Amino acid sequence: MESNEILRVNGISKRYGDISVFEHLDLSVKKGEVVVIVGPSGCGKSTFLRCLNGLEEIQEGEVLLDGERISQNPKELSRTREKIGMVFQSYDLFPHLTILQNLTLAPVKVKKRNKKDVEKEAEELLERVGLLSKKDRYPRELSGGQKQRVAIVRALIMHPEVLLLDEITAALDPEMVKEVLDVVLSLAKEGRTMVIVTHEMQVARAAANRMIFIDGGKIVEEGEPTEFFEHPQTERLRQFLHSFSYEAE
Amino acid sequence: MDFEVIHSYIPLYTQAFLLTIKIGWIGIVIAVVIGIATAFLQHFKVPVLAQIASVYVEIFRNTPLLVQLFFIYFGLPKVGIMIPAETCGAAGLGLLGGSYMAEGFRSGLDAVSKSQTESALALGMTKVQLFRYVIFPEAFSLSVPAVVANVIFLLKETSVFSAISLMDLMFTAKDLIGLYYNTTEALFLLVIFYIIMLLPVSGLGSLIEKKTHLRTAGV
Repeated sequence: MESNEILRVNGISKRYGDISVFEHLDLSVKKGEVVVIVGPSGCGKSTFLRCLNGLEEIQEGEVLLDGERISQNPKELSRTREKIGMVFQSYDLFPHLTILQNLTLAPVKVKKRNKKDVEKEAEELLERVGLLSKKDRYPRELSGGQKQRVAIVRALIMHPEVLLLDEITAALDPEMVKEVLDVVLSLAKEGRTMVIVTHEMQVARAAANRMIFIDGGKIVEEGEPTEFFEHPQTERLRQFLHSFSYEAE
Repeated sequence: MDFEVIHSYIPLYTQAFLLTIKIGWIGIVIAVVIGIATAFLQHFKVPVLAQIASVYVEIFRNTPLLVQLFFIYFGLPKVGIMIPAETCGAAGLGLLGGSYMAEGFRSGLDAVSKSQTESALALGMTKVQLFRYVIFPEAFSLSVPAVVANVIFLLKETSVFSAISLMDLMFTAKDLIGLYYNTTEALFLLVIFYIIMLLPVSGLGSLIEKKTHLRTAGV
């Protein structure tokens, strides 16, 4: 076992009754590593991500954070989730709270941190993503891209050891995608550990240390990004990557 | 229209107005409490209690307030339960309103999206924290339009109190018409007093709706 390994997935399987989503998947993520998972819709990549913080129950295998097995017990699970941040496709800010309150809720109520300190940190983080002027607005008043940047900050302010990003640009207009991806890239540069599920091949290429291609509930291919994109080893990945490069005939 | 008559009636109407407001608002508070409790039981499908809650809602939503009041005021004494008219009015309004409020709050609870739960859990919140800080306040914002509409509806329903000889606005008007035949003046004051009672409520309601609308998810 490598010493700086932070997240380890040992042979997990997810089934809904008789229907199997994936079987015996393994993954190891090192501290500071950015792992990007791609694959066709319905291949189970989002479900896989959701298993990492226990939002989905697994039927087999185990997930280890810092060498400790993530339990399914609700109390322990919520403590583990403090260390694994997650950002969703639909942002899911809390609509009844202002942007600042959205950011301070969990650190104050869950981590019992001092409210003033958290507010100060929240403002610094908002400044960083260019949204400090929106701190007293409600989520409804923000654009999709702005909401998603707030959602990223909301995960960051919990000081997670790992950040899971689940298709966070999939619901955004093209011009808003960039502002969100810029934030993701800067997080990658500062050495955040992230597991990202996305359809944005550009950002995958720019941010990833390692690419994983899942299809039909299996890891079909994985590797370092340049190799992965330039010299795919499997026919299936070649086809998949080809579908992203549209050339008019 | 005789303004002298109107002037002389005003103290009587004011008294009736205060009584109507008193019983009306007590009934509404009861309705909100019953409504929230019932909505919880139904939303969380608490065994047995949820079924009882459903039966309650269906009975009271599908019978007129007048019938409910007759039952409480004239029916219960037959089995030895005597309840003063004012209490009857408040209880009847509370029970009827509770069934309406329950539907309002329940639709609010149901409308909080499942992904809100997930994003709260992903932040490390426990079930209790999730409910207290996310689901309940959100559901409440979402129920505001229904609750405001119910409050106005219930205040208007107080007009049937006269049937159990409560000296509310309606009773006073009917009484005065019967005694002095000043129909126009009595009805004029009746309309005016109901408007005085309800206009601020609907104005305040719109204001609250506008404020809370911003706090809902929208599309």
